[in-house]
Amino acid sequence: MMNYIIRRLLIAIPVLFGITLLNFTIIHLAPGSPVDMYLDPNIPPEALEERREQLGLNDPIWQQYLKWIGQILQGNLGYSATNFESVTALIGERIGPTLTLMGTALLAGILIALPLGIISALRQNSVLDYIATGGAFLGISVPQFFLGLAAIYIFSLELNLLPSGGMKSLGGDGGLADRLKHLILPASVLAASIAGQLVRYVRASVLEILGQDYLRTARAKGLSEWIVTMKHALRNALIPIITVIGLQIPILFGGAVILEEVFQWPGIGQLAIDSIMTRDYPTLMGLNLISAIVVLMANLLTDIAYSFADPRIRFK
Amino acid sequence: MPTADIMRSAETAAGTATGTAAGTAAGTAAGTAAGTAADTAAGIGGTPADPEYGREMEEERSYLSQIVRRFLRHRLAVAGLIYTVLLILMAIFAPWIAPHDPYAIHPAFEAPPSGEHWLGTDQIGRDVLSRLIYAARVSVIVGLGAVAIYVVFGTLVGAISGYYGGWVDMVFMRITDIFMSFPHIMVILVIVSLLGPNLLTITMVLAMFAWTSVARIVRGSVLSIKQMDYIRAATALGFRTPRILFLHILPNALAPVIVNATFGIAAAIIIEAALSFLGMGVQSPMASWGNMLNAAQSLTTLTDQPWLWVPPGLMILLTVLAINFIGDGLRDALDPKTLK
Repeated sequence: MMNYIIRRLLIAIPVLFGITLLNFTIIHLAPGSPVDMYLDPNIPPEALEERREQLGLNDPIWQQYLKWIGQILQGNLGYSATNFESVTALIGERIGPTLTLMGTALLAGILIALPLGIISALRQNSVLDYIATGGAFLGISVPQFFLGLAAIYIFSLELNLLPSGGMKSLGGDGGLADRLKHLILPASVLAASIAGQLVRYVRASVLEILGQDYLRTARAKGLSEWIVTMKHALRNALIPIITVIGLQIPILFGGAVILEEVFQWPGIGQLAIDSIMTRDYPTLMGLNLISAIVVLMANLLTDIAYSFADPRIRFK
Repeated sequence: MPTADIMRSAETAAGTATGTAAGTAAGTAAGTAAGTAADTAAGIGGTPADPEYGREMEEERSYLSQIVRRFLRHRLAVAGLIYTVLLILMAIFAPWIAPHDPYAIHPAFEAPPSGEHWLGTDQIGRDVLSRLIYAARVSVIVGLGAVAIYVVFGTLVGAISGYYGGWVDMVFMRITDIFMSFPHIMVILVIVSLLGPNLLTITMVLAMFAWTSVARIVRGSVLSIKQMDYIRAATALGFRTPRILFLHILPNALAPVIVNATFGIAAAIIIEAALSFLGMGVQSPMASWGNMLNAAQSLTTLTDQPWLWVPPGLMILLTVLAINFIGDGLRDALDPKTLK
């Protein structure tokens, strides 16, 4: 068991290293150097040169890379080009809302998809099955921003039931009820996509397990259908679902970016959009790096969780 | 990484009643699929225990016609195919179909639908319907272009990785892991903002992070196919590696790739629309369904001018839905173990 975990961690290290390399390469895609952005056309070229030397931009590239890594390990992700705040601090204050949104959406998606998928599989080709599968298709096909806009239009503007954006009401108390009201729309839209993806996998997984011989044995032994399904079939069918859920995390990040913009939700997605508008490259790079690392961690955790659930995988 | 292997097995299994055991490594998964693919290639369906076995041996329809017939059984997939063909035709013949020039400015701006402008005009006075039609071109180009690029690249990486194994495999798979760790939309946004948004950049960047799934799929298939006897025979006969790879292994490995590519087209269209919506994709005045939806960010447009944002949104929805249906139909058609 520990063996497996250690092996996975060891593999993750070069991947982490590679992520930083790729990120560093992407930074240098920007036309001009970071200094060019502060350019005042009246600055004489010598002063510019001096500044570049100061910032270490004339060092060989591998030296720049090592210095950058050194800074990152100390927790310094640079400073925002627009408001000169530390990028680490910026991301720190924004990540909470994003995680709330992502977490709620994931939970809601799972809570919807699991029962739907299971029942769909158990009653294959019934009306419920078609509705669930159809709904799943719609869930993955509709563009999230369109669904978000439509949701705002219907629930906010026409029916006036829910707020159309932000995390708390202006002048409101910011209490739990208020925050929940603001959370409902964006989380539901995100949950719709997640649920759409999950329903199909759950259904397929359960269907496949249902055809297995050991279930026939269990029935032959006289076990009730309920026990056969709940105790034997589902327990095995749900194992691969762990992986699928883990793989939704990158999708959640993407969805968060779009929906935070549509609903003006103050998370890192909105930070990303704002940084893009203002060409705030240090912040963008920091965001990029953090997201990749989070996804890596999520995959690692998923693998380990999976190895707990399915002992066969430890011996590969 | 076991996660991705299982994901892929689940992918092939989803939507059909059969499929390979989702919990085992991809090797076995693609192995059984490829094994029966070989069987079906010879026109033999079912197992020797199946009473139909002998009968089908005599009939021996071609593999292709079997796939086509299985596909045609899915009404939704066929509907999706018809829609997509019509869409592509509309994109190609846009200049002849569109009532107005999509860039032309008319005196009536923000006008509701009328006889002259079936879907009204936008804030500058351009005809919405014409822009809608021309925007199909953008989606088709980005969808097909990005997918073409990344399928080729991913297949190459996966094939080489799977066939040669050893440290080549290790290295390639780590590289794949690295690219897979970046959440698509975030990194695409970052790169597009660095390089400037235009059609070519978007297509390239979309391809740059999507090849990983194809690489994994192909690698899995190649790993199992290469154990098959006919490949060993080919090696024993002294065929050179590129020939074995391209003529013998890859054709059998392609089925899941085709399915993945179809879903990939749908995903690419959505991502392009999202980028354009955020202002980081196709820029005005060029029309894209995404940037037409950008207008809806203002609350007045949202409530008072639904003709501006509902049509493009619906177009994206219908197109993606159609392509997803095709993908689902293809998956069932190409899976040699589809239950009748």
